[in-house]
Amino acid sequence: MIDKGMRSDLGRVRGLGSAKEGVNHWWMQRLTAIALIPLTLWFIISIASLSGATHAQTIDWLSAPLVAVFMILLVASTLYHALLGVQVVVEDYIHHEGCKFVLLIGLKFIFLVLGVSAIFSLLKIAL
Amino acid sequence: MAEFTLPANSKVKIGDTYKGPADAAEMRAFKVYRYDPDNGENPRLDTFEIDLDDCGPMVLDALIKIKDQVDTSLTFRRSCREGICGSCAMNIDGTNTLACLKPIDEVRGDVKIYPLPHMEVIKDLVPDLSTAYAQLESVEPWLKTKTPPPPDSERLQSIDERAKLDGMWECVLCFSCSTSCPSYWWNEERYLGPAVLLQAYRWIADSRDEYTGERLDNLEDPFRLYRCHTIMNCTKTCPKGLNPAKAIAEIKKMIVMRQ
Repeated sequence: MIDKGMRSDLGRVRGLGSAKEGVNHWWMQRLTAIALIPLTLWFIISIASLSGATHAQTIDWLSAPLVAVFMILLVASTLYHALLGVQVVVEDYIHHEGCKFVLLIGLKFIFLVLGVSAIFSLLKIAL
Repeated sequence: MAEFTLPANSKVKIGDTYKGPADAAEMRAFKVYRYDPDNGENPRLDTFEIDLDDCGPMVLDALIKIKDQVDTSLTFRRSCREGICGSCAMNIDGTNTLACLKPIDEVRGDVKIYPLPHMEVIKDLVPDLSTAYAQLESVEPWLKTKTPPPPDSERLQSIDERAKLDGMWECVLCFSCSTSCPSYWWNEERYLGPAVLLQAYRWIADSRDEYTGERLDNLEDPFRLYRCHTIMNCTKTCPKGLNPAKAIAEIKKMIVMRQ
């Protein structure tokens, strides 16, 4: 038997109480999922139609204001959606509190760096 | 990390074989998980050969026959033998269900019987459900009101309001669903699990209850509620044909609605 200490089962289950959050995570994951349907379709079709294009033509395409805006939206939604998803994976499977803490913070930093770099690159091309 | 292999002292060994009568008309092998906490040995899988011609139709009938006639030390929970008490929940042929509602002839080949998955085993087919019961208690599954009851009558409910409770009051709390859910396996201490969330929603949906907001507050938590990733194992396994996944979705919907 696992040693559960002398605390009552109800005391253990009630624990620190409800965090009274989680709905934002859940809701944003769904909203980004919906946003990614048209954005991803647009991206795949655009990339397919760019096949055979030269570097200069691709840069030209990326510099168009509407394309740049869509690209930034695509990158931001993808990375935000991915971060929310990976966070759930860590919370599900990592049971060592210290590891979980470090990983959750580390992932946020990594995704932020990825997002800022990608958007900066897109702006640099477009502007 | 989540444990994907059994700890050394939980590895299941091959156990004893109890031969059936030589003149049996329809012999069937029942492979039953055995674990005795007192002898310090690993769990084992015993094989009991049973003549189905001389046995009731359900898996529970076979277990009772084994306990009566072959090995009296076989330990399992059972009471009503008709799917109302929820005691005989176990994993039969790879699926969590009630032994009393599972016909033997629905199983092809040997009938494999294990306790509910990923729970501490007390003995043989008896899991320790004390955490699950405490989780049920934590959602306060009873009517809570500010308004005092009418002095000379019941609290009224329309036919439509009452109909909202259909598909929830039928739950017998066997915990087949919770123990079929990987999220519950990995985070049993913090995720409430489908059985308890179905019960929580049963009171959230009750028109007579006046603590809906507090109940939602108590559930709004990344672990208590949002460990559900909608894989639907709970609904698939429910021996009473209920839909805990829908109840969980309704709770999530209500929490979005009140924002």
